[in-house]
Amino acid sequence: MSNKIETIDVNLHYGDFHALKDISLGIPENSVTALIGPSGCGKSTYLRLFNRMNDLIPETRITGKVLLDGENIYKIKATKIDALRRNVGMVFQKPNPFPKSIFENVAYGLRVNGITDKSFIEGQVEKTLHQAALWDEVKDKLKKSAFELSGGQQQRLCIARALAIEPSIILMDEPASALDPISTGKIEDLIFELKSEFTIVIVTHNMQQAGRVSDYTGFFYLGSLIEFGKTRKIFTNPSKQETENYISGRFG
Amino acid sequence: MTFPESNDRRKKIGQAVMFGVSKGISYGIVALLFLILFFIIKQGIGVISWEFLTAMPTDGMTKGGIYPAIIGTLYLVGGSMLFAFPVGVMAGIYVNEYAVSGPMKRFINMMTNNLAGVPSIIFGLFGMALFVNQMGFGASILAGSLTLGLLALPIVIRTTEESLKSVDDTFRQASYALGGSKLYTIRKVVLPIALPNILTGLILAVGRVSGETAPILFTVAAYFLPRLPNSIMDQCMALPYHLYVISTSGTQIEASRPIAYGTAFVLVAIVLIVNILAALLRNYFGKKVKMN
Repeated sequence: MSNKIETIDVNLHYGDFHALKDISLGIPENSVTALIGPSGCGKSTYLRLFNRMNDLIPETRITGKVLLDGENIYKIKATKIDALRRNVGMVFQKPNPFPKSIFENVAYGLRVNGITDKSFIEGQVEKTLHQAALWDEVKDKLKKSAFELSGGQQQRLCIARALAIEPSIILMDEPASALDPISTGKIEDLIFELKSEFTIVIVTHNMQQAGRVSDYTGFFYLGSLIEFGKTRKIFTNPSKQETENYISGRFG
Repeated sequence: MTFPESNDRRKKIGQAVMFGVSKGISYGIVALLFLILFFIIKQGIGVISWEFLTAMPTDGMTKGGIYPAIIGTLYLVGGSMLFAFPVGVMAGIYVNEYAVSGPMKRFINMMTNNLAGVPSIIFGLFGMALFVNQMGFGASILAGSLTLGLLALPIVIRTTEESLKSVDDTFRQASYALGGSKLYTIRKVVLPIALPNILTGLILAVGRVSGETAPILFTVAAYFLPRLPNSIMDQCMALPYHLYVISTSGTQIEASRPIAYGTAFVLVAIVLIVNILAALLRNYFGKKVKMN
């Protein structure tokens, strides 16, 4: 399987803080890759490289290469950043639907990118809500505010919102950490369903979750990538002592 | 280890005294407020009638109504908000969403705060110098509204800024992550979430503006003008100024006393209604945007 994303010797500084240190890593296409590690280890920062979300933070310096389908996304023109972000969807830690109807939340990405064809938008919203396993629960109340949904439904709505513009990569930053176990289970099932079509990178604090949903796992510690490999190997037979300590719960 | 019991007792007494004093003071303030309201209602309510609210003043302002003053105040409040709301909201958006943190932003914030602290009579003089004389509007609703608008500006800017600041950053990021531009994100996501608080600020500004006398003194207010203004270049009467003149410089101050209390009653009622409206509006929009 080829690598969808590849980073080569990436370093990232916030002001004086060295947040990512020489990270080289290839993320295979149509798979789920989990990034684990204790708080502040750089895994979220690393995730946010891929849609250039770190650009929003002042005094951020990035060196090295971040290749997406072979193209260095830090060498593209400023006008291409929107196109990059259309290609890389993102789901956040806390469900954050917009203060709009359920329908308009999913349609947002289409409208913001200039699509006006009403029937196309309707079709896309329905298709995406099916994909996010939310259609049956919301089909009768598409005009209702998204805030009327439960936390778990809101998070699946946020996933639908990301899917609606047909990205090829989905970044998930601890997508289930604010949810109850049942909602978490639904999100995990969904991740499993989606990986046939998308390359998914998920940051998680939950070791069991990483074990359940991912094909590959990368362990970050103090801004460095300690170990990367097949999830089964990382969890049963890690080659680094730090990884084993973390996974067995001895720190972090 | 043993601790002296006397210390525990001393702490208890100290607390009781401190809380007693602050409790007494806060109750006293509420009582004072009610006293003022009671006084105005008691003195003013007898004067209030349909005629008082809808008739022109007559007989050297000792009889008749205060209709032109009510309408004048409404014009001035409306006009000032027409100016202060868009300008203030745009300035607030700039300060919170666009301005880069640093000395310039701190300077803008400091100046906005200073503007809020400028005595209102200074605004009046400035308004006269700039709008009435320099720009040639004369004493007019236009000049008065602009002057009052300047006074309201810092309130609108600050509440807009604070409202925007309270919008969680992940909303912005979610929009950017979908390819949304900054402007689109502000318009479609950030402003709708911040709207209830911004509106509250607007209505508080209305409350402030409707009671101001000094800024309209030289810029618009007419001593006695028993007709409605014809255009925005016309002078008009206004409630706070009307109250001021019939209490201090009318021809028959004693005879117009009841009218003065009636005017005060109407003015307080308007400010009160506006404040209640602010609370309701905030709740209404707040519910619409509420997160679970």
